[in-house]
Amino acid sequence: MAGKMKKRWIALYTENEVGVLSKVSGLFSAKSYNLNSLTVGTTEHPDISRMTISVESDDVTFEQIKKQFNSMVEIIKVIDLTNVPIHMKEVLFAKIKQIGPEEKAEVFRIAETFSVKPVDIGTDAIILESTLTERKNDELVSILRKSFKHIDVTRGGAVAVEGISTSCR
Amino acid sequence: MEISGSALFVKALKEEGVDTVFAYPGGNNTDLLDELYKNPEIRVILPRHEQALIHEAEGYAEATNKPGVCLVTSGPGATNTVTGIADAHYDSVPLVIFTGQVSRPLIGNDAFQEVDIIGMTRQIVKFGSTVREREKLAERIKMAFHIANTGKKGPVILDIPKDVQTEMGASDYPKEIHMRSYRPPEGVHVGQLKKAFSLLQSAKKPLILSGHGVMMSGAEDILKAFAETMKIPVVTTILGNGAIPVGSPSFVGNAGMHGRYAANMAITHCDVLFSIGTRFNDRITGELSDFAKNAKIIHVDVDTASISRNVVVDIPVVADAKTALEKLQEWAKEPEGASLKELDDWRNTIASWEKEHPLSLSVKEGVDPKKVMEGIDEVFPDCIVTLDVGQHQMWATQFLPVKRERPVISSGGLGTMGFGFPAAIGAKAACPEKKVLAITGDGGFQMNMQEMATAVVSGLPVTVIILNNGYLGMVRQMQELFYDKRYEATSLCDEKGAYVPDFVKWAESYGVPALRVEEEKDIESALCKARESDGPFVIEFMIPSEINVLPMVKSGTPIDQMILE
Repeated sequence: MAGKMKKRWIALYTENEVGVLSKVSGLFSAKSYNLNSLTVGTTEHPDISRMTISVESDDVTFEQIKKQFNSMVEIIKVIDLTNVPIHMKEVLFAKIKQIGPEEKAEVFRIAETFSVKPVDIGTDAIILESTLTERKNDELVSILRKSFKHIDVTRGGAVAVEGISTSCR
Repeated sequence: MEISGSALFVKALKEEGVDTVFAYPGGNNTDLLDELYKNPEIRVILPRHEQALIHEAEGYAEATNKPGVCLVTSGPGATNTVTGIADAHYDSVPLVIFTGQVSRPLIGNDAFQEVDIIGMTRQIVKFGSTVREREKLAERIKMAFHIANTGKKGPVILDIPKDVQTEMGASDYPKEIHMRSYRPPEGVHVGQLKKAFSLLQSAKKPLILSGHGVMMSGAEDILKAFAETMKIPVVTTILGNGAIPVGSPSFVGNAGMHGRYAANMAITHCDVLFSIGTRFNDRITGELSDFAKNAKIIHVDVDTASISRNVVVDIPVVADAKTALEKLQEWAKEPEGASLKELDDWRNTIASWEKEHPLSLSVKEGVDPKKVMEGIDEVFPDCIVTLDVGQHQMWATQFLPVKRERPVISSGGLGTMGFGFPAAIGAKAACPEKKVLAITGDGGFQMNMQEMATAVVSGLPVTVIILNNGYLGMVRQMQELFYDKRYEATSLCDEKGAYVPDFVKWAESYGVPALRVEEEKDIESALCKARESDGPFVIEFMIPSEINVLPMVKSGTPIDQMILE
């Protein structure tokens, strides 16, 4: 009845005010919901923020999360992105360290395969920059972990916008 | 003309029709108090502790249906309000709480008496905000009153830094406010309600579960009319007690952990449960998987987030209780033929459950709490009753009928000991012409008994009924039943078994008359003396130390499995 656990997406329009982010994120700890990622930025209106939130939940909990958001005084609009066409991207930096020439070549091959850019390079390190979907980034991280011992991964969390006639998630 | 933030604060209170402010002073709210000093038409009541201050404002709000207005200082003044705020949040009591804050340049510096009260209360208020700009003060106060008192009501907290209080600025206060992010539900989805009505009409064993929402929207009369026309029995929650009068053919009684046997059996066996203005708290449902397991469930609530949270419902209806019931009553008609026969059978079944296990209390020696309630019923037919939290609260809900002329104010969701006495003082401030009775236990009373000074000094005479069993009785009962009588930390007596304090001498030190009643025959005369007294009055009833509130559903078990004796 509760449905199965899966990843779901919500976009929120909120008042751009002190404390709103804390109230939104606080809901997850207060109610024991699983938060995967949360990104926030302002919109074309400086007094309105937009958040993209990814959660792991069953159907019943997800309905409850949306209702809780809807009842928060500072939230202007709640959009369920789970089953609509969206374009989603996540910024990711991966620093691959302590590598020799052969491993460098391997980094470039991986970068080419995933269409990500090397943005910085030194004698024994490379930084890759990715703006793929979250899932593609997961795959990229997985292969980098398998191939190299010393990596630092910095991820920004996903940002999503409703699609017009195509979808990319 | 430019005025100070403090002057604007008082102007706003006047425009909002505020006649009473519960206020405790401190370093960071004296400018606001100074403006109140200049405006004697607003009454300022000084409590003796900020937790009690909030409960007093709650009592005021529940007695008047207007927001209770509170003013405290920063730091400890603010943190002391937290329990009360959580209580108001749980029971949807409209409050507007103003906290003083250190001046803006000091915020974040760990200044003297600085706390981030907005951050601390974020999960227990409907809305909270620090007013960082003098030019936003008017709008924020307007928002606070609007949000507190509409939709699902609740506490709103505004934190005002000291330098915002003194800063000069515009004197305008808006007449109304439109918020793009806050639109409480209006009206009702007629299609959903029609579905609910058809389901109710087709039911063989329908049942209405009525909660606090019905009382808050003033829908008691329309509920009674609807239930009686449709011949549907009604069970209530603790805070919904009184939604249907005791004499009504639809009356069944309270359901839940200490509800009536018949009420819990009715929930378990009904085929359609029409629940209105209640959120299916665990004290009502018991083990969720067995709750109303034979029923289709309709849930009417003004709060979308309360629907299908604890219990998955078949027909959700988002609406104010009164709006929904008024619509339903337009469609209501008396059942006839086969349907009438089925309803009569159902009502007879419930009546036979009631006959099998009526509410009872067996007391062999000392004063019987049931007799105290019966005495109160007789001697105080019209008054405001407030309850604290514990065994006495359950006995009151079991044996003291709630009537229009005798509303009851109680802490439901949070179960806050120490609520009853200050709530009575607040109710008295709201309704000086009414008798106000605080029924409390000896434990809960001690949590806020410093408020006797408020009652005496502020001229708010309430009668305090203490049921003294020398224990924190509700927990002692659990220890008796589930912990093999290991009474750890529940006795309030000293090593020799003597009770501390002596409440009679204690009351006398405030100049308040007090009686200790140790025998049943003295119940009525003591209550009559309290009735005749113009000032505060204390009666301590010495009840047996080890009697239990029954029936009882053990936490986490199905509600039809009750401990009956």
